[in-house]
Amino acid sequence: MLQQYLRRFWVRLVVHIDGPLLLITGALMLAGLATIYSATYDANNRALSQLLNMFVGVCVMWCVAQLPPQKLMRYAVPLYVLGVILLVLVFFFGIKINGARRWLPLGFTRVQPSEILKIAMPLMLAWYFHKYEAALKFRHFAVAGLLLIVPFGLIAKQPDLGTAILVGAAGFYVIFFAGLPWKVIVGMIAAGAGAAPFVWTMLHDYQRKRILTLIDPTTDPLGSGYHIIQSTIAIGSGGTTGKGWLGGTQTHLEFIPERHTDFIFAVFSEEHGLLGNSILVALYTLLIVRGMMIAANASTLFARVLAGSITLSFFTYAFVNMGMVSGILPVVGVPLPFMSYGGTALVTLFLALGILMSIQTHRMLVKQ
Amino acid sequence: MMNFKGKLAHKFAESPLLQLRLPAWRSRLMALVILGCFGVLLGRSFYLQILNTDFLQEKGESRYRRDLEVSASRGRIADRNGDVLAISTPMKSVWAIPADARLTPQQLRELATLLELDGKELSRKLASEKSFIFLQRQIPPDVADKVAALKLPGIGQNKEYRRYYPTGEMTAHMVGFTGVDDKGLEGVELAYQSQLLGRAGSRSVIKDRRGQIVEDVGSIKPPQDGKDIRLALDAKIQYLAYSQLKQAIIDNKAKAGGAVVIDAKTGEILALANWPTYNPNNREHLSGAQLRNRAVTDTFEPGSTLKPFTIALALESGKVRFDTIINCAPGKLTIGNATISDAHPHGALTVAQVIQKSSNVGAAKIAATMTPQQMGEMFDAAGFGQISRLGFPGEVGGRVRPWKHWRPIEQATMSYGHGISVSLMQLARAYSVFARDGDLIPLTLTRSDALPLTGTPVFSQQTAREVRAMLEMAVQAGGTAPKAQIPGYRVAGKTGTAHKLEGGQYANKYVSSFVGFAPASDPRLIVAIMIDEPGGLKHFGGDVAGPVFAGVMGGALRTLGIPPDAPLQVAQTPAAKEKL
Repeated sequence: MLQQYLRRFWVRLVVHIDGPLLLITGALMLAGLATIYSATYDANNRALSQLLNMFVGVCVMWCVAQLPPQKLMRYAVPLYVLGVILLVLVFFFGIKINGARRWLPLGFTRVQPSEILKIAMPLMLAWYFHKYEAALKFRHFAVAGLLLIVPFGLIAKQPDLGTAILVGAAGFYVIFFAGLPWKVIVGMIAAGAGAAPFVWTMLHDYQRKRILTLIDPTTDPLGSGYHIIQSTIAIGSGGTTGKGWLGGTQTHLEFIPERHTDFIFAVFSEEHGLLGNSILVALYTLLIVRGMMIAANASTLFARVLAGSITLSFFTYAFVNMGMVSGILPVVGVPLPFMSYGGTALVTLFLALGILMSIQTHRMLVKQ
Repeated sequence: MMNFKGKLAHKFAESPLLQLRLPAWRSRLMALVILGCFGVLLGRSFYLQILNTDFLQEKGESRYRRDLEVSASRGRIADRNGDVLAISTPMKSVWAIPADARLTPQQLRELATLLELDGKELSRKLASEKSFIFLQRQIPPDVADKVAALKLPGIGQNKEYRRYYPTGEMTAHMVGFTGVDDKGLEGVELAYQSQLLGRAGSRSVIKDRRGQIVEDVGSIKPPQDGKDIRLALDAKIQYLAYSQLKQAIIDNKAKAGGAVVIDAKTGEILALANWPTYNPNNREHLSGAQLRNRAVTDTFEPGSTLKPFTIALALESGKVRFDTIINCAPGKLTIGNATISDAHPHGALTVAQVIQKSSNVGAAKIAATMTPQQMGEMFDAAGFGQISRLGFPGEVGGRVRPWKHWRPIEQATMSYGHGISVSLMQLARAYSVFARDGDLIPLTLTRSDALPLTGTPVFSQQTAREVRAMLEMAVQAGGTAPKAQIPGYRVAGKTGTAHKLEGGQYANKYVSSFVGFAPASDPRLIVAIMIDEPGGLKHFGGDVAGPVFAGVMGGALRTLGIPPDAPLQVAQTPAAKEKL
């Protein structure tokens, strides 16, 4: 009797959980925890509080995974509208921290509305394309582009180029999977290339500086080049197999800035070397492959483009972060998914993971 | 990846509706982009971690590994009895790694105040391109602790030593001083630099970004402290020499002066004092005149103190006996177109009286009986014209023209110490031939325990003893320096009063000197006193330098516990006279 009860409880617990996804992200989180421990154990250890963040994240993921995609669709418009309104409010009333207006004060706490758009944007566009699925015309793509460009512009204006790129990419992936004509893609690339000089003049000084230091970090070794120089030294010091867990000198002597958040990859790299990096990249590849499988197996357009967009967002996060830390992309504030310390970003990621699981598991239920 | 694309294609085939909208090339393109991006990432990883790893590791190491110098303590300088004359006390120096030293204006102000630096100057130093700079050196340990308490990034400290001279200006010229890097700049500090200097050790440490030492690594070379130097100097005798000299110079309104005390048995320099002097612990307003170690670096025309050498040579060569009569009337003697004269005209004098009364005419007449070669070689043998090689900076040998070029008038003036120049140290040493039995001894700055010492013979024992007796007469009643007498001891010595040469002419300025030794029965100490330009009423060596000699010699003999060799002539002291 009890056994049966337990069994039913277990089934209820795991029925909407995708095993492979959980396994892969579990491995990433384990690596993240170990690295956070290594980066912070000398003083102010963050591993335990990250564990708590993960627990909260997994709970959120479980809850979201219980919702069928049809229900998720209902949240698309309200969430998107709320996000954009908050962004406008930030534009006018946001508090300025370190020269960027990203936060909205709520009296007791403050929120970062751009974080909402990371989910709301693909949700909204997927809903939009799903709605007009039967007769998609060019103007639908134009409207989708508008839906994308407004929040993107608001976030970029804060300025928060990192988040803007992530939100923009998430939206673009939806449009891309919905069937954006390749002529338009080619045209956009051409227009982008043509507009580059104008974009350059629109960039903030510090953003321009970051791009310039990418080309030659030694031009400003103590300023904007400092992060890149330190992180490449740390990565290079790792060698083939790394200096071993807790053995990274650049890490422990505090030469790496932001070593438990955005630059955690440098710490990981120094301690585990090329071997560790390869394993890490393999794990992210597996995550993407699994995500793509879920997208391919999805039963509706909404689910498919949403899953595809989320999966490619994971890729974007990982690539932009690792690229920035290893010095091939400009420095933008993008955390390494499932590894960097930080509660908000982690919860957002688990929310996305929950959506993926919902799409996968509810399809199976339909089949059964 | 392939699997996923296959499945996707399969699904499209199933649903004709979707087939149009999601062509396979989109997925393929995406897969390609992802693979390409990750490939670039791994390629970058390979480039950094395999191809450039050595270079980057080295760069990384240079950021945290530093070799620190552990300074060694410089050896102490002590007098012959172990009293410390120079000692190194631990201090701190504050340095910065400018790249790491990012200070707030508040921190900058606090640091500048503690280091007694100008705020702007400190900012300028910290903006330096160098990887390491000293901000302030030799700060006291308590201030250093306050700096450390600020816990500033990129600011660190080293242990250093500061040289302290307990006896200050009293021994300034003898001991000298060091510069900031423990480099001996003057005196014994310079002469014995290589022995005093310790060898700094080193340790290799790992430092974090804030410049704080995390751990010691690698081999640690312990510092080797420098050796202590035990000088021949006796601080008590030095004090006597210094204080008596200083008082005499003040009393006589003189410009400068020097005093030297030598142990006639061992050649040890027991005291060396100069005036003006300086405080080696505070050299902020140091002038060249103060710095000069006159007894060693300045030469002067010795005047009559050289007469005993002329007489000794004449005795030695058998030209005269101590009682040979020399006619010194009328107190003038013309050689060529030059005339030499006595300060007080004398009539006929014995050779002994020529010394006692210090007759220039007598000395010149005796000198005329000898060849320039004989006199020149004697001066040479007595050490004139040669550097004494004590190791002091700027030591001089004095000037003695080669005898081959002497004109008769030169030979005559040299016989009483003009036309020749010596340093006070040289003069004192030369008198060892009379204080001993005719041999010249080498001098030493350090305490020597190898006794007794034999020097280079210059005169025979008999000659030396005869001259010694004449020098004793010079101090007694009827001599030139009765003020050089010391109760209880038999004293021998000679005054010197020389006109100073200024622009080739003898000016109305004098150098008054006295060189002598005691006890005359078995001489132990040689004391030489020189007073430059006495400005008072008196300028004769016997009046100016004689009392200083008596004060120094008397005190030194009693300090060393030398038994008196003369019966106490009670009647001679005024106080005793009244008692009677």
